[in-house]
Amino acid sequence: MRLRLDGVVKRFDGVTALDGISLSLSGARSIALIGPSGGGKSTLLRVLAGLELPDQGGVEIDDVPLPTDGESLISYRRSIGTVFQSYNLFPHLTALENVTLPLVQAHGYAKEAANGYAMELLDRFQLASHAGKRPYELSGGQQQRVAIVRAVAIKPRFLLFDEPTSALDPEMTAEVLDLIAELRAQGREFIIVTHEMGFAKRVADHGIFLGAGKIVEEGPAAELFDTPHTAELKAFLGKVLKY
Amino acid sequence: MSRRRFQILFARSKGNHEEIPRFGRTVGVISALFLLALVFSFAFSRLHYGWNWDAVYQYRQKFVSGWLITLAISAASLVASLIIGLAAALSHRSPFLPLRYLGKVYVELIRGTPLLVQILVFFYVVADAFGIGNRYVVGTLTLAFFAGAYISEIIRAGIESVGESQLDSARVIGLTPYQTYRYVVFPQVMRRILPPLAGQFASLIKDSSLLSIIAVSEFTLNAQEVNAFTYSTMESYLPLALGYLALTLPISMLSKYLERRYRYAS
Repeated sequence: MRLRLDGVVKRFDGVTALDGISLSLSGARSIALIGPSGGGKSTLLRVLAGLELPDQGGVEIDDVPLPTDGESLISYRRSIGTVFQSYNLFPHLTALENVTLPLVQAHGYAKEAANGYAMELLDRFQLASHAGKRPYELSGGQQQRVAIVRAVAIKPRFLLFDEPTSALDPEMTAEVLDLIAELRAQGREFIIVTHEMGFAKRVADHGIFLGAGKIVEEGPAAELFDTPHTAELKAFLGKVLKY
Repeated sequence: MSRRRFQILFARSKGNHEEIPRFGRTVGVISALFLLALVFSFAFSRLHYGWNWDAVYQYRQKFVSGWLITLAISAASLVASLIIGLAAALSHRSPFLPLRYLGKVYVELIRGTPLLVQILVFFYVVADAFGIGNRYVVGTLTLAFFAGAYISEIIRAGIESVGESQLDSARVIGLTPYQTYRYVVFPQVMRRILPPLAGQFASLIKDSSLLSIIAVSEFTLNAQEVNAFTYSTMESYLPLALGYLALTLPISMLSKYLERRYRYAS
């Protein structure tokens, strides 16, 4: 995907979350956003997801500026798949219904067609036996995998992951990361905010290190993780890779 | 004491989950009813009162027609109050500020003043000015506006209890605001507000008795009249209590049934 950010600023009640982010990328299929908490990673992802409008600056994805009015924002959001850290699924719906809700309501599927297609997807990701369960009956890892299936089901242009494993224990983290790696192998494009540095290094083409609302360092993932240039990134990697 | 014997009289609980076997429930209900019967039969046995059911029985038709009127008024104002309550709750979230504050003022005014005054003002002032002469229509609407204010607060609290993350999830899958309410918010709100809503409906039915002051010929007014004709106070008012119970108990049972149906941990 081609991504162009031009001086993006976002403030919340006087706190500057994004402080002039500029970036021009083409050809990256998977991008990892890393950095300390409060550095602006999640805010940037929410801007790209069409959930927050920047206060200043412009965002272009594949040469199309991000829309700003309500109607076009809704159709923009329908064209991408976003997965948050937790509580993605609606608690009153079964896993299957969670997957079919956007298909039927936002993408014009007939109910039966949506059911058949969603079951096929759940089956492909070894979740078919959980189709009739509500989120509280699923483990955290299963919930996240269903949420990812829901995001993939709409055939999105690309996926956005906001710390998809931060609320999970190590075993479940592995099953979710395996699924994301599988999507990567299928050639699906995504941007991921993550604290799993080993994973980011393995699946991302490009890495962006954000700190205090600015891009501190960015580059091809292999270089970024192996030969960091800035003192900030060196210190950050030193800390997170220590244990 | 053995576990089984213990369970005849005591519920075993673990957190919010309770386990009550069928025989425990039967024994519990029967002993509670027995205790109540004991207290009241003692109280009534000490009463020196000449019961005269025959005089009241002659007016049984009045009880039936009054009860039916109360049923009709309650049912109509129940439906109307739901619509009004929903509209008021949504107005609290309206981006159009005059509408939002109209909703807030409405709720505060209705909840802060006696229903008795509202009935008088609506009937003798507002309805009169707008040319609505039918006391049954005015009575039903007044009740609906009264209960609507409470229902609006119940619905508002229900809507606010649906977390921000749910709304974000609804937005990222591309639901419109209407679809978000229809498929994400309301199904969850429904389950959470059923118990307080049932309580409000039961109150609404009992509050309809106040319409007797504008001569709506409902259940209470008919009982008062029978009392005036026969001077048999107890015989006139005891059937009244039973008649209201016959309306409120089914609502309470229906609410419990729906609560079970919509149950899921969250």
